[in-house]
Amino acid sequence: MPGVESNNNLAIEVNDLTKRYGQLIAVDHISFAVKKGELFGFLGPNGAGKTTTVRILTGVIRADGGRASISGHAVGSLKAKQMAGVVPEMANAYVDLSGWDNLMIMAELYGISTSMARERSSNLLQDLGLLPRKDSLVKTYSKGMKQRLILCMALLSDPEVLFLDEPTSGLDVQSARLIKDLLRRLNKAGSTIFLTTHYMDEANELCDKVAIINKGKIVAIDAPEKLRLATSAMHSVEISFADTTNPEDLAKLPGVNTVNKVGDKYRLYTADPGDLVVSLVNYSRSVGLKIVSLNILAPSLEDAFVALTGKEEKGG
Amino acid sequence: MANMATILQQARRSLAIARKDIRIYYAKGPVIIFGVLLPTFLFLAFIMGRHFSADFAIPGLLGMSLFFAATAISPVVVPWEGQARTLERLVSCPVMIETIILGDILASFAFGLGISLVPIILGFSLGITISSPFILAVAIILAALCFAALGNIFSIPPTNLPANIMMIASVVKFPVVFISGIFISLDQLSTWGQAVAYISPLTYFTDIARYSIQGQAHLPIGIDFLALVGFTVLFLVVAMRMHQNTMPKRI
Repeated sequence: MPGVESNNNLAIEVNDLTKRYGQLIAVDHISFAVKKGELFGFLGPNGAGKTTTVRILTGVIRADGGRASISGHAVGSLKAKQMAGVVPEMANAYVDLSGWDNLMIMAELYGISTSMARERSSNLLQDLGLLPRKDSLVKTYSKGMKQRLILCMALLSDPEVLFLDEPTSGLDVQSARLIKDLLRRLNKAGSTIFLTTHYMDEANELCDKVAIINKGKIVAIDAPEKLRLATSAMHSVEISFADTTNPEDLAKLPGVNTVNKVGDKYRLYTADPGDLVVSLVNYSRSVGLKIVSLNILAPSLEDAFVALTGKEEKGG
Repeated sequence: MANMATILQQARRSLAIARKDIRIYYAKGPVIIFGVLLPTFLFLAFIMGRHFSADFAIPGLLGMSLFFAATAISPVVVPWEGQARTLERLVSCPVMIETIILGDILASFAFGLGISLVPIILGFSLGITISSPFILAVAIILAALCFAALGNIFSIPPTNLPANIMMIASVVKFPVVFISGIFISLDQLSTWGQAVAYISPLTYFTDIARYSIQGQAHLPIGIDFLALVGFTVLFLVVAMRMHQNTMPKRI
């Protein structure tokens, strides 16, 4: 477990945080730190403790043990909440009010003056493509529009730290892209972003650093690229032949760890993809099989995630 | 301990929550049914065919209308918001749980005040006079706050099904109406009947309303006001303390 820094450069500090639900330890003594201006990904399978952690950090529920702070203020305090913007897992604006009215309520709850609230709301709605529908009741919005409105509500107070819990889950491509583009722009402008997601591609393309949580415990924290490359045994070669072949023959080739059938292709995992390509070419010649396609694949963040959470599963 | 600036800031945010509740929940079916229609028909069912004077009937109708109206919204806002998943959004804002609860109570309080005008206007049309309008006005304000806080207590159990909360509320509200001197004056109740009546805050408001309109009360007015203030403080403290524990369980 990496050491937790303690200085003014930290936006989020978490030390030994624990949350129990009866016998279940949902969050098990986790510690990590997020630097100011960092886009931090929080990954984990369903039920790993991601949402519970976000809810503790945003002051929605109380931890049973440990400490956490936002810019030096204890989580749950009014000052910590004032500094945070939150996009919870489910879209939850008031559906009987218009998008604009939802924003004005948020402005009142964050103590933002009316003139500033109007200006910021117009800009945010414009940025997220909702301005033409600002006066429509939220119940008439699509899921993607609701989620974009929630993001507008979270950004209205110009928060120092933005928490997003699965913000693009189940959204249409256009809405997901709009949200990701906005997150990139916000992060570039200096905002700290804490993003939970189970989309590995999203974490890979957006995050400076990711933490992987499994069964309430953090199993890895690092830059996505480092996590990806650290999983060296997960390099693979993907090959398809013009005719069928016996996967057991492929598994016997030197350096092959595992063989998976993926559609009409075979994916062979190895630590040495270069040598394996030569072996595959020799094998195809020896049995008279024509190679249709052959690709060397680097391990993905998903591979790293599966390796890390799978290892915990076996270990646990 | 919160300083004065924080208290004022949170008070403003309570008003924002109350305004939001008023816009969203006043037109909801259960609020109209339990807050307006039910007390009207209940009162009509008891009054029809009997010989009650307007002087006796109007204080009872006022008490019942105020009680049902002020307890119509505050029990259901929290479970509704839990069910609609707007509660998580609200709790993550820079507001205390007490601020949210006070906002919900204020919305119910305002609904109670508004509805209380209906029996008063009806009374005027039937020719009654209010001999102590100031006392009645203060009592209506105090009782609306008291009943709204009581209504909020019904929503303490951490269920997000409004129907369950309505059931709990109904189990308490209906007996309270029957033991509070609405239909039978306290003087006509037996000793044990009066003893039961004294545990209901509605008894004290009805007694003040009778004093203000009929000119006579069962208890000294000072005792009635003291009891109402006591119940109001008790209900506010219980509502705010208990929701601290149960609100996180709804999310």
